[in-house]
Amino acid sequence: MAKKIQLPLTHEMARELRSGESCLLSGVIYTARDAAHKRLCELVAQGKELPIDIQDATIYFVGPTPAKPGQAIGSAGPTTSYRMDAYSPTLISIGQTGMIGKGKRSDEVVDAMKQYGAVYFGAIGGCGALLSKCIKKAELVAYEDLGAEAIRRLEVEDFPVVVIIDSEGNNLYETGRKEYLESIQ
Amino acid sequence: MRIIEAAKVTEVVRRLCIDANCHLPGDVKARIEGCRACETFPVAQGVLDQIIENYGIADANDVPICQDTGLACVFVEIGQDVHVEGNLAEAIDEGVRQGYADGYLRKSVVRDPIDRVNTGDNTPAMIYYDIVPGDKLKITVAPKGAGSENMSRIKMLKPSDGLQGVKDFVLQCVEEAGPNPCPPIVVGVGVGGTFDKAAYLAKKALVRPLDAPNPDPFWAALEDELLEKINALGIGPQGMGGRTTALAVRIEKMPAHIASLPVAVNINCHVTRHETEVI
Repeated sequence: MAKKIQLPLTHEMARELRSGESCLLSGVIYTARDAAHKRLCELVAQGKELPIDIQDATIYFVGPTPAKPGQAIGSAGPTTSYRMDAYSPTLISIGQTGMIGKGKRSDEVVDAMKQYGAVYFGAIGGCGALLSKCIKKAELVAYEDLGAEAIRRLEVEDFPVVVIIDSEGNNLYETGRKEYLESIQ
Repeated sequence: MRIIEAAKVTEVVRRLCIDANCHLPGDVKARIEGCRACETFPVAQGVLDQIIENYGIADANDVPICQDTGLACVFVEIGQDVHVEGNLAEAIDEGVRQGYADGYLRKSVVRDPIDRVNTGDNTPAMIYYDIVPGDKLKITVAPKGAGSENMSRIKMLKPSDGLQGVKDFVLQCVEEAGPNPCPPIVVGVGVGGTFDKAAYLAKKALVRPLDAPNPDPFWAALEDELLEKINALGIGPQGMGGRTTALAVRIEKMPAHIASLPVAVNINCHVTRHETEVI
């Protein structure tokens, strides 16, 4: 049974989530990929204000396809997360609590998650048509010049994710595989 | 000599870009559904169910299966008796430009790998030309996402590494890729040729239908053996554990230098897209 979560995700909520838990997220999330992360981290380094409220924010690593007429957003599945590894620890250190992507993360990201209380959710890669149905509204927030890589504010409803890495560093990619291999012994 | 208008090429490429991105080929669907039937691990069953539901939604609504609508990889087989009236490369790029705009597909190309400014129209296409006998023009559009492309590798093995070296390298690539390339994956392998030819063969292997094994029994058996070994790793759909790590292994080979054994592994995700038309 999936756990329903109303965003924003506080540090307390993040710390309660466990690797392997299925969750349905509702509320506001922000999109950002490599290029937007780079710009956000440059602003942090310069001590300038960010175009989004990073406190308790969940960032979805996604670059959607353009919306067809009548759609809130085009196909919108996760991109591979390790490309954001250089930037995520900085954003976690100033308040980000949730990340949605797919694939492995670096030790530095996991260390930051443990230190500050953040969680890494996985959405199913290559399922952009299905996932976009849970996105009810999309609004451009910053960096329009980046096209698909711009930052968008999304309102999601029962957006399906799985906790891949929790705030204690437990990792579903390790435990799920082990569990499967044990099940066929 | 048969004359084909460049405008005809544009029209075909435009359609292939849209169709390939919205409709998964039947052989890929059949393989995914076959793997779902064999999958015993509940988490993996759930992931495969969502993958099947997803391409159903894409089919029904003519929307992209995946938001990464890729670099437009275009394989062109030009009959030597064909003359294209106009500029062929420009005609292909125009088809990509129109297809990616009209199909609401994502523009995912930067003009320079370092300055990284988006070209805004998904051009240029990555074009692979092949001159063949005949008077036809065969065009295959295979949009290639970066998540799986980035997990691809090449290695110049020594001849003494032999068959075992090839097997070990393929398995190592899949192991290191883990959940990153959106498993279940299709593994394209190129063996032999030069450094660049091996990579080309690996990419070309990915457009061979999944129900068409290598015509050479030795290489077909190796495809089966590697698939079995990959699916014993336990990585599973999306890396969350399970049997279905790969849908297929496809190997293409060619002669090599007496001192070389190049091996390239080009990984594709479960959204292994390609559409072909013969003009």
